[in-house]
Amino acid sequence: MSLDQADPAALPAAGPAARKTGRKDGGAASARRGSNRRAGRWWTPWLFLAPALLLFLYFKFIPMANALTMSFQEVQPYLGNKWVGTENYSTVLHSEGFREAAWHTVVLAAGQTAGSMALGLALALLMEGQGRRLGFVRSAAFLPVVVPIAVVAELWRIMYHPTEDGMLNGILGMVGLGPSGFINDPDTSMASIMLTGIWRGAPYDMMIILAGLTSVDRGLYEAAKVDGASRTQRVWHVTVPGLRSVFSILFILAAIRGLRVFTEVFLLTNGGPDGSTEVVMTLIYKLGLEQNRLGVGAAGAVLLFIATLILTIVVHLLRRRESK
Amino acid sequence: MSAPTETALGLTESRSTGGRILKAVTYLLVLIVFAGPLLALLVSAFSHVKDPTELSVIPSGATLDNFRIAFDQGVLGYLLNSFFVVGFGLLLQVAVSVLAGYALARKVFPGMTLALVAILATLMLPEEILALPLSLILADLPVVHFNLIGTLAGMIVPLGAWGFSILVMTEFMKDVPRELEEAARIDGAGDLRIFAQIIMPMCKPALGVIGVFGFTMIWDQYLLPLLVSTDSSSYTLPLALRTLRIDPAVTPGVVMAASLLALLPSVVVFLFFQRSFVHGLTSGALKG
Repeated sequence: MSLDQADPAALPAAGPAARKTGRKDGGAASARRGSNRRAGRWWTPWLFLAPALLLFLYFKFIPMANALTMSFQEVQPYLGNKWVGTENYSTVLHSEGFREAAWHTVVLAAGQTAGSMALGLALALLMEGQGRRLGFVRSAAFLPVVVPIAVVAELWRIMYHPTEDGMLNGILGMVGLGPSGFINDPDTSMASIMLTGIWRGAPYDMMIILAGLTSVDRGLYEAAKVDGASRTQRVWHVTVPGLRSVFSILFILAAIRGLRVFTEVFLLTNGGPDGSTEVVMTLIYKLGLEQNRLGVGAAGAVLLFIATLILTIVVHLLRRRESK
Repeated sequence: MSAPTETALGLTESRSTGGRILKAVTYLLVLIVFAGPLLALLVSAFSHVKDPTELSVIPSGATLDNFRIAFDQGVLGYLLNSFFVVGFGLLLQVAVSVLAGYALARKVFPGMTLALVAILATLMLPEEILALPLSLILADLPVVHFNLIGTLAGMIVPLGAWGFSILVMTEFMKDVPRELEEAARIDGAGDLRIFAQIIMPMCKPALGVIGVFGFTMIWDQYLLPLLVSTDSSSYTLPLALRTLRIDPAVTPGVVMAASLLALLPSVVVFLFFQRSFVHGLTSGALKG
């Protein structure tokens, strides 16, 4: 990369600089000189911003630009990259493996999002209120969120032990259900990963919904009570509408998190058994770092990025239309 | 906070016997589901668990063997790597965030919108999607041509700037009264002095928020260390768990002991700074 790319901050500032400082200082040259000495020069703020922007440039923007270019190239270390147009994209889109991984990703994202939000809402409604004991239960319920994902995966791996005397199978056995293969069985592997995701995601949603619940008008509950509304009716007609914006934010966050899922799948099944849990990110990781097909991997990553972007924009548009 | 008021279900205010039983059962169920697995981890780390089937919440003879074996496997080194990464990563992140926050909150300057948009844009660029090109860049940093692969620096520097903490810092610094700053300027204080002596001391709560979040975020990193490390000498503890598990000589009890060491710091930080944590969580999510 060249130097002019390393310093984009200074470039766009030159144009509007004169105009804005002129307006702020009322155009008086002497006053401006004076205020400059006191308030610093126009580039002082950029100096404060420089570390952040430089790091973002190196570790966010250049990689993004590289991902875009690589996706149109056949990346050959030491031989130089060859421009192949949209070939990588058609390879990706026509590959059975990628289509399956994309489907798995969507299923996992949808299941985890819906499950976490539903369970999170239930938990929040059950544990709304004050009191020391309640605070303790809420904190304990929140612990899965702060436990590192790698630990969560190792723990659940052991709990999912497929024989009859595995921890979760033991519990299943108590209610008379047969031992499940969990992550070792292609039929249940996806649901098992989803369950782990919901376990870690629901308390997070609970905490956000609890915060949202405090802004619901208490008077409306009283009014509903006076009108003889049942608990279900109160929740459905007062609480849920009051939480609409909270839901849409949680939805965006969870769906994006779901689409880019990597670590738990990598550690729990690494795509197996029989590719039944292969998601887009584990596939990209294998393509790029194990098979060295960086161009194809980059094309997959760009498609994934576009998907998350579209999702974000659609939800934002829906929200805006709703609030009008 | 305010006095207890009407809630949606009214469960927590319930004083009847039936209500109390319902409440107790609910809380117990929540504890079993969410804290139960972690309790099993804790108990197993201190028990002779040789087989995955022995994972249990009921203690069966306490022992420190698991930790002893874990240390023989090099867990102490991985733990030190993790502490090194989180320590320097957090230091860098806090420094970068307060500097950027100061500029964005306290200054009006040409190109400000552009800077803000750039920072917001980074929040929409998930690290997972950038993984492949990032691993190439870490092998050969543009312009300076450093190779960070296999070094702990490679796991620290990319986390130095985080849009979330910059935005939290900016929001917070906006609330410091202008008058204080103007008075200092009249007294002849420069930007650095105002920043260090006026703004920073008033932002301690925000430092708590970004500190706790930055810690949790860096401690939880998996993909970045995976991309950067080349051999076990640069593994962080979360990364090492997988290598431990694959080793046939290592029992699940040892893995649980190492897992306990890997989760303890973030849980302790969360429990100590719960208020900051929940405050940051809700303000970050709900203001968006």
